[in-house]
Amino acid sequence: MAESPKFWLDRVSYVYEDGVQALRGVSLHIYSHQITAIFGPAGGGKSTLLRLLNRLNDLTPGRRLEGRVLLDGEDIYAPGVDVHALRRRVGMVFATPVPLPMSIRQNLTYGPEMAGVRQRARLDELVERSLQAAALWDEVKDRLDEPGIALSGGQQQRLCLARTLALEPDVILLDEPTSGLDPISTAKVEASLQDLKQRYTIVIVPHSVQQAARVADHAVFMLQGELIEEGPGGSLFTHPRNRRTEDYVTGRFG
Amino acid sequence: MSRKLRQQLGFTLLSLSTIVVVLPILLLVGYILVQGAPAISWEFVTGLPRDGMRAGGVWPAVVGTLLLTLGTAIFAVPVGVAVAIYLAEYARDTFFTRLIRLAIINLAGVPSVVYGLFGLGLFVIFLRFGTSILAGSLTLAIMTLPVIISTSEEALRTVPQSFRIVSLSLGTTQWQTIRRVILPQALPGVLTGIILGLERAAGETAPILFTVAAFFLPRLPSSIFDQTMALPYHLFVISTQVPGMPVRIQYGTALVLLTFVLSMNVLAAVTRSRFRRKRQW
Repeated sequence: MAESPKFWLDRVSYVYEDGVQALRGVSLHIYSHQITAIFGPAGGGKSTLLRLLNRLNDLTPGRRLEGRVLLDGEDIYAPGVDVHALRRRVGMVFATPVPLPMSIRQNLTYGPEMAGVRQRARLDELVERSLQAAALWDEVKDRLDEPGIALSGGQQQRLCLARTLALEPDVILLDEPTSGLDPISTAKVEASLQDLKQRYTIVIVPHSVQQAARVADHAVFMLQGELIEEGPGGSLFTHPRNRRTEDYVTGRFG
Repeated sequence: MSRKLRQQLGFTLLSLSTIVVVLPILLLVGYILVQGAPAISWEFVTGLPRDGMRAGGVWPAVVGTLLLTLGTAIFAVPVGVAVAIYLAEYARDTFFTRLIRLAIINLAGVPSVVYGLFGLGLFVIFLRFGTSILAGSLTLAIMTLPVIISTSEEALRTVPQSFRIVSLSLGTTQWQTIRRVILPQALPGVLTGIILGLERAAGETAPILFTVAAFFLPRLPSSIFDQTMALPYHLFVISTQVPGMPVRIQYGTALVLLTFVLSMNVLAAVTRSRFRRKRQW
């Protein structure tokens, strides 16, 4: 691909305070306008990798990071980087939907307002646009002032997706975003992702191999902190090159 | 003995224990109510004491206690809540913060008369505030701090960690997260702690004994450097220091103090339940 990568992980290793090595020399390119799925068994370092990308791992004390993480060619761990701006640029959706204890509308305007957006019209526009993009607008447009927690589980997760979109990010990180959802809600979220990748860079840790196979344009298999194999979604699942990838994809372990 | 019988015996003992706890409170409140009610009138609450306190009302003491509670709140609430926020949200687990926690726990255990003596030494004499509302409020505030700090910290810690992570992931600063998400959720617990702390301050005698309380001062204070009467100390005085004191007035005063303190208790309970119903987690 001639295009330069959105994210470039350059020999990244990561050790937690208790000595657990979560990542071992991972090098990876993540490109815009496609869905990169990072999959593998639990404890493989998928979530750690995701949280490195928006520096949410800063919240865990005693980390040790080696290597470089570049976003559009800039080291996001360089001194002087505005972490808050970075997190708005690299939004995140979590496994469990957590609406903040406020109304649906406030959930969406909270991030932009804290970043300094004050104009009412601009905020209203963000609310509608992000809910549309998360395929939730029709269901909640008449109840924007109800608490976010009043929504169903699937709606809550789409609200969380919309909340991230309201930040107008470059990149969207999703950490097992459908693990608590029923198949219909899951399908809705997956469908939104296909639309969203036209405009964003999407990195997802899927909650199953099947989901990885469904959504991935580019798939990355991780095992015990190592990147075992990566490749286009189509071929990685049908013709894995590495023995361990094949064993995992075919369900021999995991 | 059959298992069923043993179970019944257990339940009986447990409910008896509960009654043992409730009974003294009911007896105490009931006794004060019956003995004190005849003394209560508009004149009693809003009148000045006369005839060496053997007649008249308790108004200066009521006002004094209100002012001291207010003064305590002004000093103790901002500092207490700030310390709680620091300990719950910012402080790492270091030797220094453990020392602070230890200090707070020990502060809570210091007898109130020792606070009185400390207030006398520091505020009345060393800082030259004199025997005054200012000195009394500061003394009561120091006594109240541990209660406010520990209950507020507890309330902050009960707010789910996921709210913090989600809020920070939206690019907010830690202070924005605390101010906009964490503190509003912890507010009922914080308010309860504040009210319970102030309630204790309102009812204490020893800390105000040497720092502010006047034995007999049948007028209202005009500045924070004035002495004032206060309900707990007034009750102590008329119960032990004045010969020929009508019992009616003693119990009437006790009833006024009790009503004041208990209504703060009710306020705390109402605050808590009102917010809890609105809570979304």
